[in-house]
This record gives sequence, structure tokens and C-alpha cells, in this order.
Amino acid sequence: MTKWEAMRFGALVSVPMMLGNLPFGMIFGSLAVSQGLDPWVPIAMSLFVFAGSAQFVALGLFAVGTPILIVIFTTFIVNLRHLLYSADYMKYVKHLPMSWRAVLAFGLTDETYAATKPYFVNGKLDETTGHWAYLGSVVAFYTMWNLTTIIGVLAGELIPGMSEWGLEFAMVATFLGIITTYLRTSAYWISFAVAGTAALFLYQLPNNLGMLLAALLGVLAGVAVQHLHARLNTTKGDQHA
Amino acid sequence: MPDTFSLIMNIFGMFVVTFGIRFVLYARAHRIQLPIWLEESLAYVPVAVLTAIIMPMMFMPNKQLDLSWHNPWLLGSLAAFVIGLIFKKPLLTIAVGVVVFFTSQFLLA
Repeated sequence: MTKWEAMRFGALVSVPMMLGNLPFGMIFGSLAVSQGLDPWVPIAMSLFVFAGSAQFVALGLFAVGTPILIVIFTTFIVNLRHLLYSADYMKYVKHLPMSWRAVLAFGLTDETYAATKPYFVNGKLDETTGHWAYLGSVVAFYTMWNLTTIIGVLAGELIPGMSEWGLEFAMVATFLGIITTYLRTSAYWISFAVAGTAALFLYQLPNNLGMLLAALLGVLAGVAVQHLHARLNTTKGDQHA
Repeated sequence: MPDTFSLIMNIFGMFVVTFGIRFVLYARAHRIQLPIWLEESLAYVPVAVLTAIIMPMMFMPNKQLDLSWHNPWLLGSLAAFVIGLIFKKPLLTIAVGVVVFFTSQFLLA
């Protein structure tokens, strides 16, 4: 793959999730102005912060006049899961110049991680062209997120009930599309079951903390089962030998 | 609502922490070698994180557990899940899930 092909590939594999994401940006933009914020606020947030769930949470905090340090701390907790993504993707960016890494870090959203990850796993993307595909995905989502925010701001007064249509379901369907491709071994199934159950039980915790804890438990469960399997297999091997 | 100056400071602060979280490991990527156990764990990040994000949306669309067949979020998700498991084709999974969701939402309204 040349770098342009890789970029186009990255954008292309992002398309399903971009469609799933369409409503989020619009809902965000319309929600912000319907709360009485000036249009530049949601637009600036999408331009500079580029983190959907944190932006939604911040809208709620602004509405009740939350002090800035709490807003920043909440943003930190809500986005902490991105640290897991960056730990995973470190190996694909470590040979790049710092400016490249900064751009790719800025664009490391749930969506870009989810869209490109399967292709790093199956070997279609590697460190020679992977960062171009990654960049293509970032550019695609960034453009989409900012355009839909503006559309939402403009449409805010026109379609006030839009946030209740359930358009966000497309995101759930997209993530399920990715999750199900992984469910091939018992370790992944257990990881899935533990993360899912824990997310429901811990849902009441503030600031997406429940989601973060559930994800960590899911990861732990997957690794535990993988190790258990490895150990069982070695014991079997010993018996045969 | 906060005034303009504090809004600017809020957004700036949000930018700093969000970018900081995403960049801190990348910035040191050429110097850090992750231990093997951590590398292994990272393989489970996509499934665990994405599942933890969507489960509450599926099972508690109105903030409390709703296991009834009147819950279009659950119906659409189950359809997507089954199709995903059988065919392992993300696009098909999305399409079926979305169609089932909107159909059941329309019929149950």
C-alpha cells in the first residue's frame, strides 16, 4: 500500500462508524444551543477537545455552573480509557517524528481505535503504512464530528426533539459489529461477559467510572482465562511426553 | 451559564487533559518497552472497552434495567449480536441492527 492508498483505506474502514456517529455530533450541537450556550462553544469544543462523551458530560456540568477544576477532573476520568488505546498503539507510532505522534494522539478516539484496530491485528496494516491509515481515519472522523456539530448548532432550533429519536443506536450496532468479530475464543467471550455485566452493575458510579472499571475487569478476565488455558495445555503436553 | 472567559478556560482545560492522556505514552513510545503481561492484556482492550460502553445503552436506555421486549435498544442489539456472531461482517451487523431497532421503535411507539 502506498501512503495515499493507506489513507484512503483508513477513511474507508471508518465509514460505517461515521454513519453511526452522524447523530452524535448533531445532537451535541443542538443540545448545546438549546441549553443557551452560544454557537461558538460547542464548535470550539469539537475543534479542540474532540472527545464526544466528555463533551456531552461537560454540557451537563456547564448547565449547573460546575467549577472549572471539577470540569477538568471529570474530563480526565471520562477520557482515561484512551490511555488504554494509546498503550496498545504505542508500538505503531514509536518510529514516527514527534509532530506525527502529536497529531495521531489528538485524534485517538474510540472510533478511530475501533475502526483501525482489526486491520492492525490481521496484518493488513503495519508500521510502514499503518500511520497513514490511522491518519486517514482521524481526518475522516474529525471532519465528520466538526461538520455534524455545526449542523446540530444550526438545526438546534429547527428540530428540537432530535435527541429523542434514538439515532445513536447506530453507534451500538457499529460497536457490536466489531465486538462480534473478536468473539472466537473462550478468553474473549469471558472478557465480553465480565465487562458487560460489570458495566451494568457499576452504571450508577459517576463520570463513566463504572465503564472504566468494567473495561478493566473485562481485560483482566480475558488475560486470566488465556493464562489458565496456557497452563492447562502445558500440563496436558507434559502428560503426553 | 458560565461567562465567556470561564468557558474559554474550561474548553482549554478540557483540551489539555484530553490531549495529555492521548499523547503521554506516544511521546515516550520510543523509550518505553511494555512488559509482556501488559502487551497481552491490551489484546482484550477493544472487546472490554467497547462492550462496557454499549451495555448500559442496550439494557438500560432509560437509566434502569429494561429486559422487556418493549425495549427497542435490546431488540436491535440482540439482532445485531446474533447476525454478527454468525457472519462476522460488521457492515451487515450494523445494517440488521439498525433496521430492527427502528422498526421495533416504530411499531412499539
